[in-house]
Amino acid sequence: MPAKNVVTAQDLTKRVMSPEGDLTLLQGIDLNITSGETVAIVGASGAGKSTLLGLLAGLDTPTEGRVSIDDEDLFALDEDGRARLRGEKVGFVFQAFQLLPNLTALENVMLPLELAGRHDAHLVADGVLQRVGLEQRASHYPKQLSGGEQQRVAIARAFAPHPQVLFADEPTGNLDRHTGERIIDLLFQLNAEQGTTLVLVTHDQHLAARCQRQLELDEGRLI
Amino acid sequence: MNVLRIALRHLDREWRAGELKVLAMALIIAVASVTSVNFFTSRIHQALAGQANDLLGGDLVYLSDRGIPEQLVKRVAELQLQNARTVEFPTTVVAGERHQLVALKATDSSYPLRGHNRTAPKMFATDAQVAGGPVPGTVWGGSRLLTILGVDTGDEITVGNTRLRVAAVLTSEPDQSEGVLMNIAPRLLMHTDDLPATGLVQPNIQVVYRLLLAGDADAIAQIRQEWTPRLAHGESLNDVQDARPEIRSALKRGEHFLALAALVSVLLAGAAVAMATRRFINRHLDNCAIMRCLGAEQRVITQLYLIKMVALGLLASVVGIALGYLAQWGLMLFLAPLAGIELPAPSLWPVALGLITGMATLLGFAAPPILQLKHVPTLRVFRRDLGGLQISTLSAYGAGILAFTVLVLFQAQDLKLAAAIIGGLLIVLLLLALVAGALLLLLRPLQKRGGAAWRFGLVNISRRSGHSLIQMIGFGVGFMALLLLAVVRTDLLSAWENRLPEDAPNRFLINIQAKQLDGVRQFLRSEGVDPPLLYPMVRARLTEINGKTISLDDFKTDRAKRLIQREFSLSWADKVQSGNAVTSGSWWRPEDHGKPIISVEQSLARELGLGLGDSLTYDMSGKRFSAKITSLRKINWESFKANFFVVTPPGVLDIYPVNYITGFYLPQEQHNILNRLVQQFPNITVLDVATILNQVREIIEQVILAVEYVFIFTVLAGLMVMYAAIHATLDERIREAAVLRTLGGRRGQLLSSIVLEYAGLGLLSGLVGSITAGAIGMVIAKQIFDLTYVPGPALWLSGMLIGAIGVGVAGTLGTRFVLNQSPLKTLRGI
Repeated sequence: MPAKNVVTAQDLTKRVMSPEGDLTLLQGIDLNITSGETVAIVGASGAGKSTLLGLLAGLDTPTEGRVSIDDEDLFALDEDGRARLRGEKVGFVFQAFQLLPNLTALENVMLPLELAGRHDAHLVADGVLQRVGLEQRASHYPKQLSGGEQQRVAIARAFAPHPQVLFADEPTGNLDRHTGERIIDLLFQLNAEQGTTLVLVTHDQHLAARCQRQLELDEGRLI
Repeated sequence: MNVLRIALRHLDREWRAGELKVLAMALIIAVASVTSVNFFTSRIHQALAGQANDLLGGDLVYLSDRGIPEQLVKRVAELQLQNARTVEFPTTVVAGERHQLVALKATDSSYPLRGHNRTAPKMFATDAQVAGGPVPGTVWGGSRLLTILGVDTGDEITVGNTRLRVAAVLTSEPDQSEGVLMNIAPRLLMHTDDLPATGLVQPNIQVVYRLLLAGDADAIAQIRQEWTPRLAHGESLNDVQDARPEIRSALKRGEHFLALAALVSVLLAGAAVAMATRRFINRHLDNCAIMRCLGAEQRVITQLYLIKMVALGLLASVVGIALGYLAQWGLMLFLAPLAGIELPAPSLWPVALGLITGMATLLGFAAPPILQLKHVPTLRVFRRDLGGLQISTLSAYGAGILAFTVLVLFQAQDLKLAAAIIGGLLIVLLLLALVAGALLLLLRPLQKRGGAAWRFGLVNISRRSGHSLIQMIGFGVGFMALLLLAVVRTDLLSAWENRLPEDAPNRFLINIQAKQLDGVRQFLRSEGVDPPLLYPMVRARLTEINGKTISLDDFKTDRAKRLIQREFSLSWADKVQSGNAVTSGSWWRPEDHGKPIISVEQSLARELGLGLGDSLTYDMSGKRFSAKITSLRKINWESFKANFFVVTPPGVLDIYPVNYITGFYLPQEQHNILNRLVQQFPNITVLDVATILNQVREIIEQVILAVEYVFIFTVLAGLMVMYAAIHATLDERIREAAVLRTLGGRRGQLLSSIVLEYAGLGLLSGLVGSITAGAIGMVIAKQIFDLTYVPGPALWLSGMLIGAIGVGVAGTLGTRFVLNQSPLKTLRGI
């Protein structure tokens, strides 16, 4: 039985207005990502990697084209519908970690579970924090953690609700090489354990090589 | 209840992180100032009302010409009200060869219920406050009466069929003012137990019975409600609201002052909360974007923040109310001995008002921008420059202004005052917007001059025009409030105090006959007193309006019922008397003299439902006199001059029995002139209003004292606004300063640019605040206090100076730490 398409994009185009006129960020992107696949989107700075990731995750709207996640057309949904879908099926890891500064490590991991109305949020979050090796840091605030630790919390937060798809935007961009490698190991381990589909944006060839497939973007087009 | 749990946890964490402290502090200070003001004013108000009640001798007075009904006495006993009786009538008393008509007042052992009599042990001795009235077998007489009779304390006088001993010289009685102009003879006080022995209370003499009541406010209100519909002709129920117009007027103005001070705190609360919310919102844009990424629907974001706001509002309000309560106790400690008044316990209303103020202010000023948080674009997680919320000033402040309007109405309970305050606020906003625009234009050419610090400081103001505008609103409102209270208040208060001049008439002469006019003038001149104007007076009772005989049932209000029951004093004049102003219709011309037309005082006209063109018919000792109203007048009652509700042109009333009245100022040490005057003209009655004048002045002084203490809290609230305004854009300034430091900016350069920017902002805000304070002062003076107030350049200069120094120092202190720590640490901490 062939693997099911989890993320699909058809003729995805994004144009923005600039002082010099219309600027095309992405042009006619078509892609299919199957369940459990690991995909790296690579390209030079300004090639449109983060724009594509934002569109695939439904964080931004395209000028043309469609995106579906698990057969659900993202842009047929309203803003709240997309938020609900993200809560149910999508996880994120960001370059800048994006932890809520006033919540502890544990509370940050609990947040998506609580937003989804899960009553076992505390238990699940505890388990995932343990899995990323931060059980001793559970009550620490982001400010009290190192960059690597913050990213591990972010990874725990992303995996805690068992998403179908995980989008990672330059997950090692703010980390030193050694820490970055450990973070990537963790990311791939969790990905394998949960059978998650992983879509990550990076300009790091070494990291991209660890993915099953690489998509290269150049001036808004897949090559 | 998942959202509730998340919201409360976030609130707890944000509180610990110190994010909510400015917002909460602003709210707590606002609520504390509003509640302390209201706790305090509720007590002052009750004390003032109580003191005004002193002028009546009780909280409520039942008055009748037939005696006190048994049913009323029974009801008073049931309601456990304190009560005292007085019986009053004119009679002649005798001492040896001399005799004198007196206004005799017999009082029981409970009298007075409110206030005190003052007596002296001997003629010309120092007087003192005494409890109760004369004991059976004794009388107290005023020094004028005793002089006329040639007696002193210890001597006996004959009252009807009995002889009573003069035990003290009466210098002041609490209910003297009530109907003071009706007293046509000097006062003699005796005990009611001695009345039967005098044999003076006969069916044919005019006796006024009074039942004075005091005690629980609800019971008093109940008696009033039960008995008002049962009042027959010759009966009335009076409380302080019905007392003399000058007392009412003084009380009302006092309340206006207090309401004004309280209102300014409410205004400051809103400004402080709006400022603090702005910073809160900016700090939460990222959080909202992340939560949206994590699957939070817009509804959830809204619920989350609303729950946080409501919880914060409730907590801050409760703390504020508690602090307000404590603060007013602190106030009491040093105010009470100064004022020499005993303040009753505050009512619970300020608690409710504190809660309403806290919630309305927070939600009004914070909710609109907070509701916008749900619109933060999720893409902000990638690009931080996205999703700076575009909150229009109108939408951000519209709800706040609406909430403030409701609070103003709550506080002022006076539409006119509320309108003046709201109008002032809109003017402030408009002025601030105009000045900010003008400022941008003005700063442009200056930006190219001077050093980097100068340029950067000034450019910052115009570059951040939106933020500068918001901050200037905060500072401007703060300065306006401070200047309004510090400078304008002083000017208004002194103008108001001057309304009651030192030489306001304190003695009135009544019953001067036409043939005595020259004699009286000559007498006064020979005693070195400038003969005052003598006003003719004709006593008359109103019987018909527009040809229809009037009855008590035609009128709804107690005052109207009482007015038509008593005799009016009609006068005539060819010109409008000083202190009077025609408000509608026109004053007569010389050719109108002799015509049956009249001018009526406007509050009387309003009370009786009279207007121009209405015809009034009076009964003057059995003779009818009808006249048409051709003008309405406003009278400045606080002048204490002889004034008349109804005036005709000359040549109309002189056919009726007429006597004359005059009022003039006589220093206490020349008091004996009046004894000689009465000896020469025995029929003339002298009225001493010095006591009541002093009482009014005392009330005014206490109100001023109260306003000054209330002012302290308003200043604190004003300072909080400044603090919040500085904090509103602090993050941005700190970040910029840190970046400049990283780029090699020297400490001195940065410091100068910060000082310049804040001082510049402060200077302009101070100018706008002072202009606005002056304008509002003018409006309040004219509309509320009926005074003329012209603000001067001193106000503007002080505004600019205080603004530049205050904001310059406070802003620099708030941002200074960025100069002393490493830029990286600064940037990480934001």
